[in-house]
Amino acid sequence: MAKPLEEVLSHPVHTATAPRKRFWLLDYLSTVDHKKIGLMYALIGVFYLIVGGIEALLMRVQLFSPNNHFVSYPLFNQLFTMHGTNMIFFAAMPLIFGLMNLVVPLQIGARDVAFPFMNAVSLWFTFVGALLVNISWFFGDAPSAGWFAYAPIGLNQFNPGHGMDFFIVGLQIAGFGSLMGAINFIATILNMRAPGMTLLRMPLFTWTSLVASGLILFAFPPLTVGLFLYMFDRLFGGHFFDAAMGGNPVLWSHLFWIFGHPEVYIVALPAFGVISEVVATFSRKRIFGYTSMVFATVLIGFIGFMVWVHHMFTVGFGAMADSIFAIATMLIGIPTGIKVFNWLFTMWGGQIRFKTPMMFALGFLPTFVLGGITGVMLSAAPADYQYHGSYFVVAHFHYVLIGGVVFGFFAGLYYWFPKVTGRLMHEGLGHLNFWFMFIGFHLTFFPMHFAGLYGMPRRVPTYNAGVGLEIWNQLSTIGAFVMAVSIVLFAMNVAYAFIRGEKAGNDPWDARTLEWTLPSPVPEYNFAQTPLVRGLDPLWMAKEEGKTTVTPAEPPGPIHMPSNSYLPMVMAVGLFIAGLAAIYHRLFFIVLGLEVIALAMFYHSLNDDEGYHVLPEERALAKGEGA
Amino acid sequence: MRPKHRIGLLLTTAVLLLGLTGCQRADMSVLDPAGPVAKMQLSIIMLSVYIMSGIFVVAMGILLYVLIRYRSRRGQNQPPKQVEGNNVLEAIWTIIPVILLAILAVPTVTTAFALDAKPTGSNVLNVKVKASQFWWQFEYPDLGIVTAQELHIPTGTKVNLQLETTDVMHSFWVPRLAGKTDLIPGRTNTMWIQADQPGEFQGKCAEYCGPSHGVMDFLVVAEDPRQFQAWTDRMKHPQVQPAGDAAVEGEKLFAQNCASCHSVAGTNFKGALGPNLTGFADRIKVAGVLENTDENVRRWISDPAAVKPGTKMPKVPLNEQQISAVAAFLRDLK
Ligand code: HEC
Ligand SMILES: [Cu+2]
Repeated sequence: MAKPLEEVLSHPVHTATAPRKRFWLLDYLSTVDHKKIGLMYALIGVFYLIVGGIEALLMRVQLFSPNNHFVSYPLFNQLFTMHGTNMIFFAAMPLIFGLMNLVVPLQIGARDVAFPFMNAVSLWFTFVGALLVNISWFFGDAPSAGWFAYAPIGLNQFNPGHGMDFFIVGLQIAGFGSLMGAINFIATILNMRAPGMTLLRMPLFTWTSLVASGLILFAFPPLTVGLFLYMFDRLFGGHFFDAAMGGNPVLWSHLFWIFGHPEVYIVALPAFGVISEVVATFSRKRIFGYTSMVFATVLIGFIGFMVWVHHMFTVGFGAMADSIFAIATMLIGIPTGIKVFNWLFTMWGGQIRFKTPMMFALGFLPTFVLGGITGVMLSAAPADYQYHGSYFVVAHFHYVLIGGVVFGFFAGLYYWFPKVTGRLMHEGLGHLNFWFMFIGFHLTFFPMHFAGLYGMPRRVPTYNAGVGLEIWNQLSTIGAFVMAVSIVLFAMNVAYAFIRGEKAGNDPWDARTLEWTLPSPVPEYNFAQTPLVRGLDPLWMAKEEGKTTVTPAEPPGPIHMPSNSYLPMVMAVGLFIAGLAAIYHRLFFIVLGLEVIALAMFYHSLNDDEGYHVLPEERALAKGEGA
Repeated sequence: MRPKHRIGLLLTTAVLLLGLTGCQRADMSVLDPAGPVAKMQLSIIMLSVYIMSGIFVVAMGILLYVLIRYRSRRGQNQPPKQVEGNNVLEAIWTIIPVILLAILAVPTVTTAFALDAKPTGSNVLNVKVKASQFWWQFEYPDLGIVTAQELHIPTGTKVNLQLETTDVMHSFWVPRLAGKTDLIPGRTNTMWIQADQPGEFQGKCAEYCGPSHGVMDFLVVAEDPRQFQAWTDRMKHPQVQPAGDAAVEGEKLFAQNCASCHSVAGTNFKGALGPNLTGFADRIKVAGVLENTDENVRRWISDPAAVKPGTKMPKVPLNEQQISAVAAFLRDLK
């Protein structure tokens, strides 16, 4: 409930009006607005997508022919380690958090996330975590134990440089950011929905974001614990994973995959959510089987925690364990299949419009289905003894992660771009972007199935000549460059949109959910009046009744807004200093860094800043309607 | 508008699927098994391929149909009928996959148990496999033989492998004979293999293990039992007398520079840090990767890290003539 105006104006510490405008850069650095934070997350994600992509291209050049010496073996190992780490932790995760930030509050009719300040902290932790891992290149050596950093190859004895320390500390910091982000979104989605939006009226993107956040909540702590143990082993002479000293390297493998398998769903589920939104909108139809979609999502999240051992079938746990985890893994195929058929039948009977977001969603379908198919194939443990650790697995998870997450993310990006920027991207360029990515993708990764079946292990800088591996590798390398072109096309399209893009208007796609009732770009307070929700797809319902927008649930009133703050960034800088100091055993700087964080938190607790209010008159002014 | 492209894609897929049926050299191919273990594994692979391609074809058939039939057309100014769902359809695509997965699950479980059962009996050969950063040792405890890089086995015989590592994780993989088993510090794993026909089967390390993981190769040499017997006899009573001046000189240099790491049966060279070199002249490969030619032996000795970065074998300070002498000595280890 908004406070009456008199009370607001009489409150002593309030500035009743918005603070003066800051320079845009300073505004972004200190923002607590979910839309700006989302944009920065997306920028981080795209940046590391490009970094990881360049790393991938270098590897593909090396593998173009057998016994190639384009890069040295040790450099190759750093490349695949950094490629995996960047893509999973610093591309996929920020992209997903970016979309969640940009869209979830708008979809549920909220004015921001539950904890805007903490949201900014999450962003900055992710930023410095990613930075810390990647600057290792400039401090001597990048990590080289693979993105799952198995012990003991990642321990000091076999990895004496500092690269792995950067990896551990950086991931730990980024992990804190993700955990806080997840808590924030759970709180937001559960508490801040507009009146009338029951759980079973939430858009599917919001649902998948909720489930993904729940997965983060339970999956990241094992990683955090594992990384702490790793840190003790590497930095403080511990022996948790050192078999020679009575430790157990498999313990790390377990902890990692208890996190690592759900992680796949953490990034994939929100992408499924995007697909649900896009397919429904561009078929002009309600999503088919909404309730079963929700239950399938929850079920995938739940079973996702019971299958991690399928990453370790070759560890030798015996037939019983392998069988149990094989069957559990197969079970995931069922809710996933339900989703696929629901998408297909959403289009059935619809009026399909082939706009760019829909193209990516349509590209997603066959690609992701193939990834699911190889997933079921991999789940059959005895067959997996053959696939495991080979290029077949590389093919499989790129089908899931690119076919699922990247295609899903691009669908979402093209879909919500006009909402965020107020501009439309170019359709022709968008289609070209899609076709290059789609064809490049399959050209890169389809042949890898065969490379794997013809005996090529993953993570090898060279391969045996004359045993039928050359052709698959050459196709892959060519495909990788085609994909690179698609990213350039995408960048061109963004530039086009900013320079000459058409004005989008509130609802460029004839869409269904609340965010499309808002002006594009969305004002800082999102909803001038909180909307009243009477069913799934509130905007569509309103349109069916011949209205152009959703009925508000409250009269116009002053809107409470949180103030900007540099503290989240300051805290992250403190953590960065402490992390870097821990790597080099500089106690003084560790304490200094932690002190910065403590002081920032102290200041934030004591600082009685209750934000400010945007008044209805000002909103009218901003809209140009006159006071 | 797009269906044409999709048909093209399906065609390419079909062409690539032909890859499954061969027409490629397949020395390391999972699809060309040479023993019962790999055959059982392939049968699960093929079963899952059949089931899953069925699902793929159905799903993509529906997709294609929908894209053609329900694309938006001019003059559609009424939105389509909004459908909430359909319980019968939803039940169908829940139950059919359950049945298909059950069909896959049963042989999955039975095969897992069949592979896990340790072979017993008098006809079983026992081999201890020991992996170290970037080489493989094979010890035959019942025969008193130790060798490296090449695992000799008799055809038609079950071979029990006991797998251990001395440093990091590795994984033992011979695609044509059997899938992988990891070698893990602090654990002893087991698996069994059998070759039905004679031949050389390429093996690879399949768990990332350091700079030279990609060239941590080995061979399984399957011979008919009589030839295998002959091999074991040679290994038990090797000929170690150097012939010729160079080889005699080489033996001396070997004693000074190499014997701390390498042992040779029938001599007092007892180093244990590197591969056992008994019968080295009969090996097919040097260090598992180079053809065993005189030139390659010299190349290896003169700079091991150029072949395998990160290897524990140092560059021993010998001049060219001395290296040739050592190589000549190794030539005589039959
Ligand atoms: C510090 C220990 C050490 C010393 C000294 C050493 N080696 Fe080695 N050697 C190794 C190791 C370890 C390997 C296995 C390398 C690999 O394949 O990764 C090896 C491999 C080899 C191989 C290939 C073996 C095979 O099974 O194919 C040959 C041949 C060889 N060494 C010869 C020599 C000669 C000759 C010398 C002396 C000039 C020598 N080594 C000195 C440790 C040593
Ligand atoms: Cu290895």
